[in-house]
Amino acid sequence: MTHYLDFEKPLAEIEGKAEELRAMARGNEDMDVETEASALDKKASDMLRELYSKLTPWRKCQVARHPERPHCKDYIDALFDEWTPLAGDRGFSDDHAVMGGLARFNDRPVMVIGHEKGHDTQSRLTHNFGMARPEGYRKAIRLMEMADRFGLPVISLVDTPGAYPGKGAEERGQSEAIARSTEKCLQIKVPLLSIIIGEGGSGGAVAFATANRVAMLEHSVYSVISPEGCASILWKDSNKMREAAEALRLTAQDLLRLGVADRVIPEPRGGAHRAPTEAISAVGNTISSMLAELDEVPRDQIVATRRSKFLRMGAHGLDG
Amino acid sequence: MNWITNYVRPRINSIFSRREIPENLWSKCDSCGTMLFHREISDNLNVCTNCGHHMNITPRDRFHALFDGGVFSEISVPEPVNDPLHFRDQKRYPERMRAAQKATGEKEAMLVARGEIGRTPIVAAAQDFTFMAGSMGMYVGNAIIAGIEEAVRLGRPFVLFSAAGGARMQEGILSLMQMPRSTVAIQMLREAGLPYIVVLTHPTTGGVTASYAMLGDVQIAEPGSLICFAGPRVIEQTIREKLPEGFQRAEYLLEHGMLDRVTDRRELREELIVILRMLMQLPPATWGDLPPPGPEELPEDGAADQVQAAPNPALEDAPRKE
Repeated sequence: MTHYLDFEKPLAEIEGKAEELRAMARGNEDMDVETEASALDKKASDMLRELYSKLTPWRKCQVARHPERPHCKDYIDALFDEWTPLAGDRGFSDDHAVMGGLARFNDRPVMVIGHEKGHDTQSRLTHNFGMARPEGYRKAIRLMEMADRFGLPVISLVDTPGAYPGKGAEERGQSEAIARSTEKCLQIKVPLLSIIIGEGGSGGAVAFATANRVAMLEHSVYSVISPEGCASILWKDSNKMREAAEALRLTAQDLLRLGVADRVIPEPRGGAHRAPTEAISAVGNTISSMLAELDEVPRDQIVATRRSKFLRMGAHGLDG
Repeated sequence: MNWITNYVRPRINSIFSRREIPENLWSKCDSCGTMLFHREISDNLNVCTNCGHHMNITPRDRFHALFDGGVFSEISVPEPVNDPLHFRDQKRYPERMRAAQKATGEKEAMLVARGEIGRTPIVAAAQDFTFMAGSMGMYVGNAIIAGIEEAVRLGRPFVLFSAAGGARMQEGILSLMQMPRSTVAIQMLREAGLPYIVVLTHPTTGGVTASYAMLGDVQIAEPGSLICFAGPRVIEQTIREKLPEGFQRAEYLLEHGMLDRVTDRRELREELIVILRMLMQLPPATWGDLPPPGPEELPEDGAADQVQAAPNPALEDAPRKE
């Protein structure tokens, strides 16, 4: 059962009709519905291409949050071998919103860190919808330090609505944990590359995405605040999220123009959730080419180039 | 909410309050409601003389009270791109900027200066909450970088007074990028072996807390300041329960190990002097009424374009340790 977004309703109708016709034909062998059904398929496919070729920023947010979109764990399972999760911040607990561990990418040992949102009610609760607590950032800091010591490149997969706004998280120093994680990203002498696979939610994303290279999937978003949050503050009306999404310039395409993203990874037609395997392999290709790029940079220049990239950032606006 | 509450009532109130308080000579403590004479407040660094509540103080007033003899030189900050995203909510971003500039008389939300405190040379930056809630955008990032570069060049410690509602939404992702940008600057300071002291003031929240405001070698907060990542309202909406009294206030953070000290604004200057002189391996400060510092001795390329601020007469008798 496909999950349709609100703007996909017309599409849902056509695809539903085609499905219905075929179901009817299965019960009655004399009926020939295939011509009609294929015509509907064609119509649906055209509509899908049309819809996704010009997604508004708000629709991009919806696609980026699509429940069936491949998540961190899907990428890890498909792209890495010998995945060995490592747990805990050594101070308080293990945060399941953050996955981290050793793995091999094309035989090469790397450290993987990412936000996991979960795929059903149970797992979403386990992973706290991808909203990390201080322990999650502190686990990431620990793993980045380890990677640094053993010369392993770090690959971060970003997909979070933001850091968790909870009582305990605040008491245990949410802001300090994020600040230290960002600081650690800037200190490690190994290549750090980051892929925004879904939502890049504010400080919770920066803590992992302060990287030598940042790639974004075509329909992913990365923003200082959620469109709903921005709308409720600046428009005093959280229903103005469409306007806010527009104003915030949070799409991968805008971030590429602003120099915050280094490249945009095209998604299969209709978004990564329509063809996860294809999307995941595109991400894999990007990881390998970004790793190859960073292998060209002398190791003693990794920190300096990362720093100067962020110092220069914002030197020009959208006008170039 | 309607025309009467939004428009008529404020108009009526403003007419009456103007009559009650001629030329704003009096103001009311935000906390205990005591009427305070303006001179009384400014002499007390905007701390209520009745209840000790710390009210907002502008960076300029703070610097006048902080630096020896009220003398400091502003450090010029490179101008960022104006309205990089062409942001428009109910108003255009440049309009909001102009309104803030007019209301505060300042160019942006951060002031950076060098000078001496207790004869200890420092570079200081202070965020202005009255300027678009002190929000962190490109300018604030540039200000921190400029201040730290100056500190490194002169071999001085860097003291930062934070106050912000968070990142400046009107600069979108570029405001978020000030988190790593400012962090790079702090690393340059660390590598130069210079102290970084953060004084968190009311309120310091969001992306500001989650970057440069939490990375100090020494973390001091003013009493009662709200210091958090997510604000109390957001948390109450998320967890749907009432938060304890004093949650996310400076004293609460001190108790939870997030701060080194909570210090009254009136004692902050001498505390900074004491700490900085130890960290800089300088002899103890000479306390007492020192004459204002002479002309600055700066390295050759010391910027000659800086303006020497005149001492603020209102603050001449600001409290000092005798």
